[in-house]
Amino acid sequence: MSELVVTLIRLGYLVLLWLLVLAAIGVLRRDISGTRVLARGSLTGRSAQAKAAPDGGAPPGRGSRGKRGAPTRLVVTAGPLNGTTLRLGENSILLGRAPSSTLVLDDDYSSTRHARIFPSEGGWYVEDLGSTNGTWLGTAQVEGPTPVPVGTPIRVGQTVIELRR
Amino acid sequence: MATVAPTRPRAGRNSELGLLAIALAVGVAAYAIVGLNLDGAIPGDLVRHVGILIGLTVVLHLVMRWRAPNADPVMLPVVAGLNGLGLAMIFRIDQPLAARGLTSGFAERQLMWTILGIVLAIGVLVLLRDHRTLRRYPFLAMVAGLLLLCLPMVPFIGQTINGARLWINVAGFSFQPAEVAKILLAIFFAGYFVNRRDALTLAGNKLLGLNLPRFADLAPIVVVWLVSVGVLVLERDLGTSLLFFGLFVAMLYVATEKVSWIIIGLLLVGIGVVFAYSTFDYVAARFDVWLNALDSEIYNRDPGGSGQLVRGLFGLAAGGLMGTGLGLGHPDLVPYANSDFIVASLGEELGLTGLVAILMLYLVLAQRGLRAAIGVRDGFGKLLASGFAFVIAFQVFVVVGGVTRLIPLTGLTMPFMAAGGSSLIANWIIIAILLRISDAARRPAPAGAGSVVGNETALIALGDLAPEPPSASTPTTPPARQSAFGWDNDDPEPDTTSHSQTELIGHREEHPTNAVGHESDRAQDTGDIRGDVEVPRAGLDGPGGTERGTSEGVVGPARGTSTAPEQDSAEDGFGDDDNPTEVVKR
Repeated sequence: MSELVVTLIRLGYLVLLWLLVLAAIGVLRRDISGTRVLARGSLTGRSAQAKAAPDGGAPPGRGSRGKRGAPTRLVVTAGPLNGTTLRLGENSILLGRAPSSTLVLDDDYSSTRHARIFPSEGGWYVEDLGSTNGTWLGTAQVEGPTPVPVGTPIRVGQTVIELRR
Repeated sequence: MATVAPTRPRAGRNSELGLLAIALAVGVAAYAIVGLNLDGAIPGDLVRHVGILIGLTVVLHLVMRWRAPNADPVMLPVVAGLNGLGLAMIFRIDQPLAARGLTSGFAERQLMWTILGIVLAIGVLVLLRDHRTLRRYPFLAMVAGLLLLCLPMVPFIGQTINGARLWINVAGFSFQPAEVAKILLAIFFAGYFVNRRDALTLAGNKLLGLNLPRFADLAPIVVVWLVSVGVLVLERDLGTSLLFFGLFVAMLYVATEKVSWIIIGLLLVGIGVVFAYSTFDYVAARFDVWLNALDSEIYNRDPGGSGQLVRGLFGLAAGGLMGTGLGLGHPDLVPYANSDFIVASLGEELGLTGLVAILMLYLVLAQRGLRAAIGVRDGFGKLLASGFAFVIAFQVFVVVGGVTRLIPLTGLTMPFMAAGGSSLIANWIIIAILLRISDAARRPAPAGAGSVVGNETALIALGDLAPEPPSASTPTTPPARQSAFGWDNDDPEPDTTSHSQTELIGHREEHPTNAVGHESDRAQDTGDIRGDVEVPRAGLDGPGGTERGTSEGVVGPARGTSTAPEQDSAEDGFGDDDNPTEVVKR
């Protein structure tokens, strides 16, 4: 091989090596920290936008949550997590063994994605997500979405939870 | 004052495939160029040789699509590139060794170990569905790790090579059990620290502006130090000894975020090194070689001369900025050019430019490990991932530092590149576990997830922010003291992948006052930070004890005025994170 070809291969290989480095950095650049740092002003700017355009539809359930009589938290009354309290927001709560659940149950009698408790039309509903052992509201097994009265025990595996004001 | 808003990472499986193509091209091209420059033709077994590597890494990629779809997209390509380049370099050094009639055939063996390593990595990814499974048996891991560490001491199977008694020889295969032991001990350390984190963080006396830990908490670090010194004395290997102690100190720092532990660790290392230098001839010889490498007396000393080190430096010098080109240098003149001194070989033939690129790849790899540690939610995963990232980075530092005469030469291997099966297999398993942890760290929120309610309410309570639609994809977090490693109690939602839908306000009946008690404290904190809003706290000092006895009077004002601290009330103990029945805020 001529000297020129050898040199070109030598330098070309270094280019290839750096291409790998730069491509890898390009891929990871986006989530190198996983966060964006916002100036404080931009936060208020965003809130002003949110005020101006509350996304069309009805304002999120905060109004309904503030209503007297609506449950404000979820309390575990039996099972390994006894005593745990979750504050109810306006998002649904996923119960199950999956690490992604809101309330992670370390309980062989519960399913990975066991049940969901969610707010709708000013009330809270419980819904079984096809669990093996079922979800019980009071003494009845939960079939479809069922309204949850305050203080009624919901049984999921060995865990009993209830909504409290 | 700035706020931190998480961004949602992409799964990146397609980016991974693209990167993998470049990485495999690096390995294949290296192999082909070696053949072209040495024999004037592309090596005959190129297809078989690189086909195995390509096939297995693509299978691993497909397994990740199946079993770890959110895992980090950069790790596998980086590792595949390093492994491929290492294979090509070992093959290249085999040629002159064979021509001189020395032991060769390292490339074939390394290829076999690569196959085994990738297959094991696939097995780990398929069988280990959740890294927290590893946490179940910390003491089993400890016992197994220590047994493996002691295995070379056993007569008949233990083997001494170049003075270090690190190998076992079973049925003709020699193996370094310490490489596997480092995985097991990292698992043990992570499981141990996650339970002991509270106590180890407690401050003792203050000395020179430094918060020293309590005297009683020094016991574990002293025990590990003694074990490391034991390794040094019995197995006569400085590198392994340093690696274990360094791993312990690094994970201790990650667990506690206290710099004083690092300083204590460095002091203990200093004591150990002085002790070893004055007691053991072989350590003293290493120091001589390091400090006076170019003395002709030390250069020619046999054994324990500096010839190997200095010839490695000559090789690096011959490589210069752009290198001699693969196959055109003389890296084989250095003893162990394909294992301990593969850095010098690569530096000679790829030059500083190529060597820096390789170091960049290691940097990216360690960074991805630490990133997974920051992103993952459970304390065990954080500690394990940062421990593994540290192990990789530390080995690279010790090896490259040794070869370039920054520090005394010790017996560690360059991960994924140096010839040696045990190290290759152990590192592939480490990568598989890191991929598993990064998959958990980057997993997107479950369907229907919205924003962090508590954070919004915090801002609303402070009159700063109107309610956002619950579907907001980038929730804001209030300014909080950010923990470098994203420990939950300091940093409510460091990672982007999941957003709590409801907030944890208290955990156990044993701490009934936590919920409200913390709220009042934290409300003041937040108020101070924001500065401009007076937080009414009257309602909070009320009958705080009854998280279960739910009177509207307590919760109402708390919610109306300063619900800010909700997301932080997990700070009543890291124990919550440790408990197997942990409450994960999602």
